[in-house]
Amino acid sequence: MRDFALHRPASVSAATAAFAGADGEAAYLAGGHTLIPAMKSRLRMPDALVDLTGLGLSGISRDGDRLWIGATTLHADVATGATAIPGLACLAAGIGDAQVRNRGTLGGSIANNDPAADYPAAALALDAVIETDRGSFAADDFFQGMFTTALAESEIITRVGFAIPQQSSYAKFRHPASRYAMVGVYVARHAGGWRVAVTGAGTGVFRWTDAEAALNAGTDTGGLVLAADDLNNDIHASAEYRAHLCGVMLKQALATLA
Amino acid sequence: MQMTLTINGQDRSVEAPAATLLVEVLRDQLGLTGTHIGCDTSQCGACNVLVDGAAVKACTMLATQAQGAQVTTIEGLGSTDALHPMQQAFREAHGLQCGFCTPGMVMAGMEMVRKHGTKLTPELVTHELEGNLCRCTGYINIVKAIVAGAAAMETQNA
Repeated sequence: MRDFALHRPASVSAATAAFAGADGEAAYLAGGHTLIPAMKSRLRMPDALVDLTGLGLSGISRDGDRLWIGATTLHADVATGATAIPGLACLAAGIGDAQVRNRGTLGGSIANNDPAADYPAAALALDAVIETDRGSFAADDFFQGMFTTALAESEIITRVGFAIPQQSSYAKFRHPASRYAMVGVYVARHAGGWRVAVTGAGTGVFRWTDAEAALNAGTDTGGLVLAADDLNNDIHASAEYRAHLCGVMLKQALATLA
Repeated sequence: MQMTLTINGQDRSVEAPAATLLVEVLRDQLGLTGTHIGCDTSQCGACNVLVDGAAVKACTMLATQAQGAQVTTIEGLGSTDALHPMQQAFREAHGLQCGFCTPGMVMAGMEMVRKHGTKLTPELVTHELEGNLCRCTGYINIVKAIVAGAAAMETQNA
């Protein structure tokens, strides 16, 4: 790994200042479970790293109809602490493996927006509010395709507020080797209607509006087929296979609503 | 940069670039070569160590990120004369062949006891071993070893 200047700020303002004042390319470091492997393989070679884990952004608290989770909260802590949303806790318990869950963070996953990541599906289906050091975004506006979000340069996610649904569940089909989601479907029933989000299948997380409409209308979702046109087609799976998996994962998620 | 790490209960001061991984400090600077590097891509778990009791991959953590925490490596778990119950269980159950993945497997077993207690089922162990790869034994005896090691830890603490 190429060396870098390391900054370990103790406040959000000091972190953004360190980022802005860095000599060359700067990057934020949270759990590091995407960034460090990328740096080891020299896909990323930042000149400065700004460590966000000293900012006090960890923790889970309920405020009315939202569950707020700090950006640097570990997957392992969401798995045990997000009891208000069992589907979300279950999703966190299935990210990576036990060791990864002891380091990886919610904010890191959402900011990275890997097209096969789990958390973006939960954020979208649970109508999340993504709060940053300079404002907030609705999840519908936040995720903008492969590794792309609404975050500005140097903007820091501070916490994410998930709408507590009546019921929700997440089902994913893992790639046999990488264990990332080939397809993951998060289904949530809110007082205002159903939301269904799909990860892994396309170039970024997206809402499956036909499934939402069918669930809202109370019609059978068994025959629903997602159009394969815009889905990923690669050596791991064809677009048609992924489209089929979306239906299977939807069915599994609906069967495990909690 | 200068950093102070607490490894197996001892404060160790090392001088290393910021980009140095925890596993590199352990092996190359402190000579604690029981922690292995298997895949280098965060998948195999051979480099597992405990940081404040929780198992992490030492190849996917900067050494500086471990400052202020208690790091336990396989050397800190037991000794040649007195193996930790989890190590002893691997010996008795023949939970290893070449031994390369074993330190990480033992640490994964420690993580399971931390999270789930000493009464582990083979099904749970199999599930929780997702982040550890073995290329020799086929896992059967590793699962047996962890179930037995956890139970032995209960006896030890009783």
